[in-house]
Amino acid sequence: MPKYYWEDFPVGHMAEYGTYEVTAEEIKAFAAEFDPQPMHLDEEAARASIVGGLCASGWHSCAIMMRILADGYVLDSASMGATGCPEIKWIAPVRPGDRLRVRVKVLGTRVSRSRPEMGFVNARIDMFNHADLPVMTVTTNMMLERRAKTGEPAGGA
Amino acid sequence: MRYFEDMRVGERTELGSHTFTADEIKTFAHRYDPQRFHIDDDAAARSHFGALCASGWHTTAVYMRHFVEFERREAERMRAAGETPARAGPSPGIRELRWLRPVYAGDTITFAREVKELRDAAGRPGWGLMVAQNTGVNQKGELVLSFMGAKFAEKRGKA
Repeated sequence: MPKYYWEDFPVGHMAEYGTYEVTAEEIKAFAAEFDPQPMHLDEEAARASIVGGLCASGWHSCAIMMRILADGYVLDSASMGATGCPEIKWIAPVRPGDRLRVRVKVLGTRVSRSRPEMGFVNARIDMFNHADLPVMTVTTNMMLERRAKTGEPAGGA
Repeated sequence: MRYFEDMRVGERTELGSHTFTADEIKTFAHRYDPQRFHIDDDAAARSHFGALCASGWHTTAVYMRHFVEFERREAERMRAAGETPARAGPSPGIRELRWLRPVYAGDTITFAREVKELRDAAGRPGWGLMVAQNTGVNQKGELVLSFMGAKFAEKRGKA
């Protein structure tokens, strides 16, 4: 049984997860499969590029964020996936050796009108490296099952 | 990539198609998004999705692969025509990313992009900012993925 449901992520809820250590091998392997650009594939070519050294694909950063969240709480939750991300900002390069952590802050919640057994959680997710510098900010709309399968939530949010 | 001056609002480009196999959906999910409906056929069948489907981050990663390959073909075409391809600037980010429908095992997704906005890049002389809507459509013609991507594009300059 899942530990966490929609009700466990009220507005203002904040939590931190991680860390996840990024290696050069992983950056190159992801890039070879999904984003084969020189700055993600080859140290020397990356040094000569605008980013100044090997760095992870922005989509790889998103995948790593997902893994940190999965291990942090999603796999213990009644997650029903996500409808999307209103915004993704790649702020700073993710480099080999970075130890990444993620902070989740709930901005808004509502019960689904078409599926009252489900609720939406709008959250801001910030990913930081081990120097505490933000590398990525994402806002996302997650779907979770409700413990109360019907009706409006107490407090009528 | 092409030069900023050569881009036109409304231009639509097909980037290519990809069939998502159950194996690759599970491989990606085991690595990055091991939720039950991405890794286990039976659990996925019991979930609200009804069948195994790809992580949304897998879908965007496969989009990226097609975009990079398209850009490479475009650069080769320009070199063959005696032109120097424009330098690609970084992407400051994505807006309005939507996973509109699940991408199920066996689905073939066709990716495309359409230029929506072209404007000067504030504070970056010699560069413009291009905003494009990027989409994925399944074999039934249903939109499964959409996002607005911004990218800095080099200008030809004074010449």
